[in-house]
Amino acid sequence: MEFAWTFARGALATALDVAPIVAVLVVFQAVVLRQRLPNPRRLAAGALCVLVGLTLFLIGLEEALFPIGETMARQLTAPETIGVSAARAVWSDYALVYAFAAAIGFSTTMAEPSLIAVALKAEDVSGGSVGAFGLRVAVAVGVALGVALGCFRIVTGTPLPWYIIAAYAVVISQTYFARRDIVPLAYDTGGVTTSTVTVPVVAALGLGLAANVPGRSALIDGFGLIAFASVFPIMSVFGYATGAAWWNRRRLVHTPKET
Amino acid sequence: MAPLARAAQRVGAAAGDLAPIVAVIAFFQIVVLQQPFPNLVEVLGGLLCVVVGLALFVEGLESGLFPLGEALAHAFARKGSVVALLCFAFCLGFGTTVAEPALIAVAGEAGAIAAEAGVIADTDAARAGYAFNLRMVVALSVGVAIVLGVFRILKGWPVHWLIISGYVLVTVMTVFAPAEIVGVAYDSGGVTTSTITVPLVTALGVGLAASIRGRNPLVDGFGLIAFASLTPMVFVLLYGIVA
Repeated sequence: MEFAWTFARGALATALDVAPIVAVLVVFQAVVLRQRLPNPRRLAAGALCVLVGLTLFLIGLEEALFPIGETMARQLTAPETIGVSAARAVWSDYALVYAFAAAIGFSTTMAEPSLIAVALKAEDVSGGSVGAFGLRVAVAVGVALGVALGCFRIVTGTPLPWYIIAAYAVVISQTYFARRDIVPLAYDTGGVTTSTVTVPVVAALGLGLAANVPGRSALIDGFGLIAFASVFPIMSVFGYATGAAWWNRRRLVHTPKET
Repeated sequence: MAPLARAAQRVGAAAGDLAPIVAVIAFFQIVVLQQPFPNLVEVLGGLLCVVVGLALFVEGLESGLFPLGEALAHAFARKGSVVALLCFAFCLGFGTTVAEPALIAVAGEAGAIAAEAGVIADTDAARAGYAFNLRMVVALSVGVAIVLGVFRILKGWPVHWLIISGYVLVTVMTVFAPAEIVGVAYDSGGVTTSTITVPLVTALGVGLAASIRGRNPLVDGFGLIAFASLTPMVFVLLYGIVA
């Protein structure tokens, strides 16, 4: 009964979230293109699925994904885990936090469906010099390093803009050296690596970390992990593409001498 | 039989999204921390909701909304007037972002944190209002991003000049923005582009680049997502400065 009530309230709020996109598609189809809807019943069924699915997802988010991130942050920063009392802990005592963050970043990115699609396209664009699997590993390593570094930033309380702006400087200089056709793809990977399931867990991890490390404020220090996870893959894609091009050139230069 | 098989496939895909997280957490819980996980039953129930919800959500998108959205994107790219195309681009960016689950989640969390820190009043209405404003600002910015990105494809400007100017703008605005908005603003960039926005927006970009002579879909079609992850930072920082 309580679940039914939660569900009904959630569904009402979700209906308002889904309404704009359905309205946009229907209105443009009917008014601007002046075409009849190709399959109204299927569209209605689809919209209903989206509504019910999103409602269930948001309930699960509150019940599971947020608590998981917070619980992991609390247990990983507990005095019995880090070995010293929280007041005397230094950044290196939180090694398990960085390991956990890197593991979450790496594994979720490797499994991310939209990244698999982008990686296959990148293989096409580059004529095979950038391998799809290698690219996925590169991006996953980028996200892992990014999230771990983001946790280090929360633990130390250093300002977020320093890291992100430094990362921008690296990305800009990499753009200068990269092949033109890889540039838009590299920029896009930053956006696609952070999936619907990963974002809440990582966000809750950061907020939980800021709440449990003494002297940190959730408002100032708790956010920013998603930003790390979005910028670092851009660097690793550029790095991988440039490295693969260099390696291929080297192989081409050396192979004829041997044969 | 076909719908049942498809449903199983959808649930499998959603479970696949969740599997790496569950595996990593299980490893840390069992091997490293060796502590009991609190409220395990509720969390497992919640995970079930996430898997079933995500499966239904994706099924609904792919059977109902995506075909219509992609057909529209191609139709506008081919013959629509530039004004109608830009209007559609804005509405598409705005509409998809409002429905984006990850953004709903993070905006809600941002509202709760702001209330705890005393930046806004600690009432449900104030929290909901903060989250709603944040989402509207982000949705507006994604709409603008898609318009800008479509304009770029029409003109054939190189993507990196716009992105680099965006980075410079973010850097400059960070100096003037209040510290408590900076984290949320930087995060909003990565949050906005996921389940709904990426497929529909990519369809628009690739369709557009394919229908204009002399444009390479692979070079010109991408880059819309990059704009959509950059402008939210600019707009949320601006919102922080103004509000």
